[in-house]
Amino acid sequence: MREVVTLTINHTRVEVPAGTTVLVALLANGIMAVRRSVSGEPRGPLCGIGVCFECRVTINDRPHCQSCQVLCEDGMDVRTE
Amino acid sequence: MRLQRFATEVLVIGAGPAGLAAGYTAVRSGRHAILVDENPAPGGQIWRGEWTTPRSSEAALWFDKVRRAPLTILTGIRVIAEVAERTLLGEDQQTAYEFRYKTLILATGARERFLPFPGWTLPNVMGAGGLQALVKMGFPIRGKRVVVAGTGPLLLAVAAYLRAHGARVLMIAEQAPLSRLLWLGRGLWRFPTKAWQALILRGRLFDVPYRSSCWPLSANGDGRLQSVTLQCGSRTREIPCDYLACGFHLVPNVELALLLRCEVREGCVRVNEFQETSRANIFCAGEPTGIGGVDLALVEGQIAGYAAAGRPEAARALFPQRDRWRRFASRLNRTFALRPELKKLPDAQTIVCRCEDVPRGRLEEYRSWREAKLHTRCGMGPCQGRICGPAVEFLFGWTMESIRPPIFPARVESLIASPEQGESVWR
Amino acid sequence: MSPRAYDVIIVGAGIVGAACAAECAKEGMRVAVVESSCVGGGATAAGMGHIVVMDDSDAQFALTRYSQCLWDQLADDLPPECEFRRYGTIWIATDEEELDHLRRKEQFYRERHVPVEFLDERALAEAEPNLREGLRGGLLVPNDSVVYPPCAARFLLERARDRGAVIFVGRPVARLDEQGVTLRDGSFLPAGAIINATGTWAPELMPGLAIKKRKGHLAITDRYPGFVRHQLVEVGYLKSAHAHEASSIAFNIQPRPTGQLLIGSSRQYDVESSDVSHAVLARMLARACAYLPRLAELSIIRTWTGFRAATPDNLPLIGPLPGHEHLYLATGHEGLGITTSLGTAKLLIAHLLKRPPAIPPEPYLPSRMESLTCVKSSL
Repeated sequence: MREVVTLTINHTRVEVPAGTTVLVALLANGIMAVRRSVSGEPRGPLCGIGVCFECRVTINDRPHCQSCQVLCEDGMDVRTE
Repeated sequence: MRLQRFATEVLVIGAGPAGLAAGYTAVRSGRHAILVDENPAPGGQIWRGEWTTPRSSEAALWFDKVRRAPLTILTGIRVIAEVAERTLLGEDQQTAYEFRYKTLILATGARERFLPFPGWTLPNVMGAGGLQALVKMGFPIRGKRVVVAGTGPLLLAVAAYLRAHGARVLMIAEQAPLSRLLWLGRGLWRFPTKAWQALILRGRLFDVPYRSSCWPLSANGDGRLQSVTLQCGSRTREIPCDYLACGFHLVPNVELALLLRCEVREGCVRVNEFQETSRANIFCAGEPTGIGGVDLALVEGQIAGYAAAGRPEAARALFPQRDRWRRFASRLNRTFALRPELKKLPDAQTIVCRCEDVPRGRLEEYRSWREAKLHTRCGMGPCQGRICGPAVEFLFGWTMESIRPPIFPARVESLIASPEQGESVWR
Repeated sequence: MSPRAYDVIIVGAGIVGAACAAECAKEGMRVAVVESSCVGGGATAAGMGHIVVMDDSDAQFALTRYSQCLWDQLADDLPPECEFRRYGTIWIATDEEELDHLRRKEQFYRERHVPVEFLDERALAEAEPNLREGLRGGLLVPNDSVVYPPCAARFLLERARDRGAVIFVGRPVARLDEQGVTLRDGSFLPAGAIINATGTWAPELMPGLAIKKRKGHLAITDRYPGFVRHQLVEVGYLKSAHAHEASSIAFNIQPRPTGQLLIGSSRQYDVESSDVSHAVLARMLARACAYLPRLAELSIIRTWTGFRAATPDNLPLIGPLPGHEHLYLATGHEGLGITTSLGTAKLLIAHLLKRPPAIPPEPYLPSRMESLTCVKSSL
């Protein structure tokens, strides 16, 4: 049995298996456009490996976190733009 | 801010195949070694997500070897700067790290090359390796319609992987012409394991159209991908789909090598026969020395590990193997060379720099990367030109002139973490 | 004017050269600009783009104040990419001694009719909530502004081009003399007057010039809109700017219209390498964190260095090269080249056209430097 982690995404509680990256948690919960570009375009992940910075979100009030490189933790607060 | 300090004989940056092989070889040769990787787990891109549950026998073998060896592997840590002679600075989400070394092995891998085309910034348009990486990390793809496009051996592997996870792969669009692919195929008898892998992949994809001389012209949709328009030979086709997985082969990650003033030529770190760079005591193995795939990376990693441990004769014994895989790599790279038509893909409005939203039209009037960067902000965002840099090089022939610390965006507190605050960990 | 191909050739397309080109072209002169690399690629690219009125000497005040007024007149014409914003500067005092300094500064500006506002501890905290507690006060100079210098240089050059100026970019100059400019590719451009506006490179064309390279480091963060609202500078800044020891650091941070924060500043003499020094960078960032503790959590996305063209008396060299009828200087602006570029151009045009300038030109005349006699003999 896999352990489950509970976090909030845009103020909604979600559960994901332990070891899930924040990005996968976002995508699995239907958020494909995780940020707005500087000119306001919706953007989703491109590289998936921490290079492109397209998957930046705010985690625990810290902006510009690369969601593909961060694993979900209990009580984590994730916000997209 | 905590600063944790490490000192070791051999420091390896990157825990993909090359780094694992290098670190393992060094410790088995009696050296102390520390392996540092920015990803959540070892394995690099090719073995991403396999550390706890290996899928390939090769990954299982190496992971097992590494686990039994007295090798320290630190994951989730990104190297950001050189703070003193033979001392690197790294950070994770909470802590800064200082690594002192006698010998350094760079095994920083590669990333996908992306080329801009209209619509490539839409959500659901991803790298081929990019979508695969997400699925490896648990993103559900079952039942989704995917077009795989671009160039390189990765396309087949990605298509097979996605399909095995329930995706409906509608087409594989390879920009290389059929003649090149056949030339590659004719040479494969020399590399039976590769021929076998190719056959297996193709077998798994027996009912997926694989089109050569075929590339994406545009990704279409309003705020989200709805279809992709492809150039297939002389015709164009529009295919409705949920995802476009598109990458144009790979680009070596040479930023750290450049920061350390190692010689880089034509995008690859120059090394001698022992994988040593132009700087004494800094070695480099795997993709940064030239895109070559997992087999070459493993051999180069072992050679670097032996050489770093002062065992040149053991390293030398592996040279014939390396030569063989280099020949294979050079065939691959020639096969998947980019066709010039791809330079026409982006129109004036197509975004080239995704961080700063700079369209191609604004770049046309400049003569160098630096000039364009200063006047348009192209490459000034947090990816530091990792995505637009290779694209701009292909489109305009400009290369990046310099690299400065931090080589990734880094927290101020990490950059000012002073040794006095830190605790030392000697290994 | 002379029958030569150009009335004036400006060597160097940094902000100073660009401002001179725009001014000369506006006066109907036939102008050429020769730039060895790219527009705004030297100290112009490296600098902060702080348009600031300074009080370190009456001469510095006169030139910075005059120039700031010229920027204000230009502001409405600047295109969006020049990112002109009137953010204002707040000079910050941390202790009693600096508070006295701040009061003197306030008085200096008031006597010269520069609008200023004294901020006590509370007002300072309200103006900039991310500053640490316990600072003694601040002096707000609301008319100070910021600009993105490379695009401003480009804008000024385009103004010149619209009035007929010819711009040669990527064309290094081999030498210059009374007749004109010889390019490294061998071509010769004859001119009635030549302005050396090449910043720290000026001595390469006029050996013996009293210009020293003074290295600076800067760092820029990711986008954090609102973290800082004004340009914040420690009131002890001039101690750093005028210190003649090998290296000094001062707190200086600027909000960019993008939401990014530009963090300075460092000053180093006798360093040739343009490499970013981790030690200097760390000191500079630590200094900034001492004022803005939450800065520690923010992300730095890029750092760079540049070289200021420093003179022995901290004032620029603007005007004719002694002993030469046709050669002029517009360099030595140290850290104030962006601010004073527009005033420099006005002073130079006054020299060229033999018109009375708007401010007394004497303090900036190259002839004030004894060392310039050696330039005379070598050209």
